[in-house]
Order: sequence, then C-alpha cells, then structure tokens
Amino acid sequence: MIKIRELPEEELVQGSYACAGCGGILAVRLALKVLGPETVIVTTPSCLLGVTTFYPQLAFKVPCVNVTFPSTAAAVSGVAAGLRRRGKKGVKVVGLAGDGGTVDIGLQALSGALERGDNFIFICYDNEAYMNTGVQRSGATPLGARTSTTPVGSVGRGEERPKKDMLRIVAAHNIPYAATASIGYPQDYLTKVKKAMEVEGPAYIQVLSPCPPGWGYRSDLTVKLARLAVQTGQWPLAEYVNGELTVKEIRNPRPLNEYLAPQARFAHML
Amino acid sequence: MRAYLNGNEAVAAAVKLARAEVVAAYPITPQSTIVEKIAEYIAEGSMAADYIRVESEHAALAACYGAAVTGTRVFTATSSQGLAYMFEMLHYVSGCRIPMVMAVANRGLAAPWTIWADHQDAVACRDTGWIQLYVETAQEALDTCLQAYKIAAHPEVLTPIMVCLDGYVLSHTEEIVDVPDQEAVDRFLPPYRPEYKVDTGRPYVFGVGAGPDVYPAFKFYQQQSMMKAKEVIKEIDREFANLFRRSYGGLVDPYCCSDAEVILVVMGATAGTAREVVDFMRRQGERVGLLRLRSFRPFPVEDLKELLRGAKAVAVLDRDCSFGYEGVLATEVKAALAELPARPQVAGFIGGLGGRDLTPEDLAGIFRQCLAGVRRLDKGEAIIIGGGWQK
Ligand code: SF4
Repeated sequence: MIKIRELPEEELVQGSYACAGCGGILAVRLALKVLGPETVIVTTPSCLLGVTTFYPQLAFKVPCVNVTFPSTAAAVSGVAAGLRRRGKKGVKVVGLAGDGGTVDIGLQALSGALERGDNFIFICYDNEAYMNTGVQRSGATPLGARTSTTPVGSVGRGEERPKKDMLRIVAAHNIPYAATASIGYPQDYLTKVKKAMEVEGPAYIQVLSPCPPGWGYRSDLTVKLARLAVQTGQWPLAEYVNGELTVKEIRNPRPLNEYLAPQARFAHML
Repeated sequence: MRAYLNGNEAVAAAVKLARAEVVAAYPITPQSTIVEKIAEYIAEGSMAADYIRVESEHAALAACYGAAVTGTRVFTATSSQGLAYMFEMLHYVSGCRIPMVMAVANRGLAAPWTIWADHQDAVACRDTGWIQLYVETAQEALDTCLQAYKIAAHPEVLTPIMVCLDGYVLSHTEEIVDVPDQEAVDRFLPPYRPEYKVDTGRPYVFGVGAGPDVYPAFKFYQQQSMMKAKEVIKEIDREFANLFRRSYGGLVDPYCCSDAEVILVVMGATAGTAREVVDFMRRQGERVGLLRLRSFRPFPVEDLKELLRGAKAVAVLDRDCSFGYEGVLATEVKAALAELPARPQVAGFIGGLGGRDLTPEDLAGIFRQCLAGVRRLDKGEAIIIGGGWQK
C-alpha cells in the first residue's frame, strides 16, 4: 500500500498548460511520483501532449517520446527494445494516452503490444471523450452523455451506446495486471501504479480523469466528481491480477443524481 | 564471398552486415522474405538484434521509431498497401530526423488488387521527407542498403531512406552477388550513436508540437538537409567504391548519354533491359542512351540538366501514374529541363504497371517513336503501354 505521506516532494511534471482542474494532468503527475525519474513516457497527440510538449517546452522531467495517434503501444515496444539493446536496465517505459488513443484508434497497437508480452505500463487517462479536439464522443463516452458529436436535440439524446468495457478487453489478453482507478482515490490509484511496476510483462491502468470543460462543471469539483463516480457505482474500482478479477464493493452507494447533477453533459437526463 | 542471392536476400544480408539492432516488421508480399531471412539470422544467432513482431505496418514504423530514438540502428521493410498504411508514420520519422533504412519491394496498389511490380507505392510517398533510392540489381540493393545507413546518419542529412527494389523482378530473382566481409563493412559503417537520444538523465522530447512561429524552421532545416543529401549520396558512393570497388554514380547512372539523340529515363530494374536495347540499337547505328535515375528524392536536377541537355528527345518511362496528368517522373524531368535554352522534347510513357512485362520490344518502340517524331508526343499526356483491354 502506498502511503501518501511518503510520496516524494519532487515533481516530475512542471509547467504544463493544462486547464485548471484537469484530471488528466493530475493522473500523470501523481503516477510519476511513484514511477520516479527512471521513466520514459511514450505519448500521442492529445490534451496531454498539447499541454506538456510544445516546442520548446518539456513539462516532464523525464524523456518523452511522442508518436502518431494510433501507435502509442507500438512505439512503447520499440523504446523498450531499444533500451534493452542499449543495456539500460530498470528504466520503466510507460505509454500514456487518453481514452480515444487507447480504446479507439490505439486499440490495435495496444492489443499487439499486450499480446507480445512486452514489459511496459500503459496508463489510459480516461476523460470519456476527445477533449483536445473539442469534446467529441469516444468509445469510452458513457451512455447518455452529451458531446459535440452526440448532441441533444429533439431527436438526439446524447450518447446512444454504453461505454466500451476496456478492462475486460485487455484482461482477455491474459496479461499479468490490469486495473481501473480514479484520481479521486489517489492511494488506491498509486498502489495500483506500484503493483503495475512490479509485475513482469504488460500492465494496464485506466484512471478516471474528469475534465471540467469537457464535462461541463466547475473546475474545483474534479476530485469530488472522481470520487462520486466511484461512490455512485458509475466507475467500479476493479483489479485483474493473474486471471482474477476483483471489484471493490460499494457498501452504501450514493444517489446517482449527486454525480450527474453538477455536469452539463448529463443535464438533459435530469 | 560470392553467393546466389535474390534481391530480398541481398537486402537481408546488408541489414545483418550493417548490424541493425532492432527490426520490426509486418509481412507483405513481395517484401516478406527479407524479414523472414532476418528472423532466421536472429534465430540461428548470427545476428544480434531484437525482432518485434508487430500487428501492422503502422506499428512496424512506430516501433522502429521508438527503438531508434533510444540510439539503436533499426530496419523495416514493406510494399504497396503496407507502405500506404505507414504513410502517417513516414512523416513522423522524417520530421523527427530518424536516420532509418527501409526496404520497399515496389508493388502496385489496389484496386484492382495486385502483388506485382509497380512504383506507385513509393512514388505516392514522394513528399514524406524520405530519401528514395531505386536500385537495378540485387548487388546494388545490398550495396545501397549499406550506403543508405551511412548517408541517413550523416550529421548534415539525418533523414530516413527507402531503398526501392522492384517486386519479383528484383526481389525474387537470383543473381551472383558479392557479399562483403563483416570487417570491411565495419570499417565503412561505424555504429550508430546519435547525439540526441532517450536518456533518463538528459530528458528530451521527440516528436514535439510546434506552433506557426517555429514549425517553418523545422521544415526549413529538413529541406536543407535533403538538398545537402545530394552531395552526401555522391560522396558516400565514392567512399564505398574505394573500399569495395563498386560504384553506382550517386544520384544518376547514365549509359551512352554523351552523344545520344534520344535518351530514355527510367528508375529501377527496367534499366537492365533498357541497357540491352541501347546496345542493340547502337549496333544498328541509332544514337540512343539511357539515364537511370537512382535518387528520386532528393531529385538530381543539376545532373539531369547536364546529361540531357544535348539530346533531341528525352523519353521518360514511368511505372506509376499521377491520374489526371501523366507519369510522375515525366513531370519532374520536364520541370528540371524547363530552364534549358534549347531544351529537348520530353515524351512521357507509362509502362510495366502491376507487373506487366516491359519487353525489349516495348523499349525499342519507345526509342523509335522518339527518333521518328518527338513533337507529336510532347503533349503533357503519357502514352500507357499495354493500356486498354487486350484483344
Ligand atoms: S480540456 Fe480537459 S483534458 Fe484537456 S487539458 Fe483541459 S481539463 Fe485537461
């Protein structure tokens, strides 16, 4: 178990252009505290890239390799192989992509890398839509959510399909470790990052990372909503370890309304 | 060592001699036997490399890119649809100035679906910022791959290279190839140790974002390096010749051009047939010549001007078509010659599409048409050999 008090003071992300209250950058900032400086980030055009690596900026204190949208995990394999060839041991290669770059366009490459069993961690910061391009729906957009491509009108009622079950998809590759997490539960999330670092082979973490402009809420509510998603049963905290799936039980679920009401994307449903 | 090798085996031998350290590839005909051979080398322990069995060509190039930025020498190969699938990554690799070598076993693009030789695949990638070298023989394929690693990594070039060999015609046809010794290759080609690489102690970003304030600067330097490559390609061909006694002339490979009335310009293996035709027609007293273009990008404007200025007519044989205009090479040759005061007439022909044989008769026919009356042909409209349904 990670002790928050024992996390290093040192920040490995500094000077990003992320919006106030960005769940995505928080997910990365926290993860890097556990991953440490011997990490190489592989990422893809996304909000994360847009706010961290615009010439001459590098908001990470670790190397960052940016690749085309579909190919994060393929480049991860390449970086891992290259470092192996260079005799660099103990450097963690971490793929970082949003939900679109993971569950949609990036799925093929991710599947390939998982199936090859390369030693890497893939963190999907899931904000449930394409935020960088103006909030279009992705395969991770939840049922009913309003996005710019699932608008609400006299006919349209927001997203028509339930969210893609990515955890089961990655688990079906028989990888050693996969989990969902939420930035609202940092101790749980960072413990999972730690576990992911310790397994041999591929590890996958999908972390719920609310986005104020994309979801339409006040930017000081990010952590609260990330917690409410779990407490209302909308975001199960699950862990898949060597073939076994466990889901954290929610004893007294909060009313769903508490999670939906502050978010403009669900306003038409209330 | 002399060995019977086909074009693909010659490429594989070169990649091994170049000591490539990471290979990522996806199978596609007629490229596949290159990476099969490399997989064999690795399996038998004669080549120390990581082989990444990716799930697509897009991933193949992404994996090579990832490996290259850590400072390793990489290789991949593809053809046709695979190259088209890589298109997006091609720009990433060249924009990040990754000195990578990729073999392209040239093949036509669907539809209609085909597996045979054609240059449409590589020519369509003309503007991706890759150097493109077209080879004529298996020997040249081997030698050019070795040269390519050195050209690509030249500090003033830092640009990826496609070594293009005609599918089947070259990829699957055996010839006697002189395979150089490892020690000699090691002397020619030092290990790849780039200045900027992934290093946790010195963090850099590869594939950075750029706004309108700096984007043009990146492209400016990319273009400058491409222009500089013209000199470097020649220089390294000379260096190679000193060590291995074989030279391909750098950017272009002229044959009987100095006094020729009609010169045929081609790329790739067709040059072999064309040379025979030139010899045959010369014996009949016709003043014909051949100019094989080796480097399509960078485009050797100066060499073409110099070698073609004396001709009455230039015939360009494309194995591709820019639909709605003419063969791509024809347009480029015309543009290159446009400033010459008494420029030769240029006639465009398109032939050998989708593996159609280019026979000596076809090539002799081109020469004869040009000798007879070029003016008629110079209309900005290519003549497609074998066009229309065959009766
Ligand atoms: S749009 Fe959303 S994901 Fe993008 S930087 Fe802003 S808060 Fe973060």
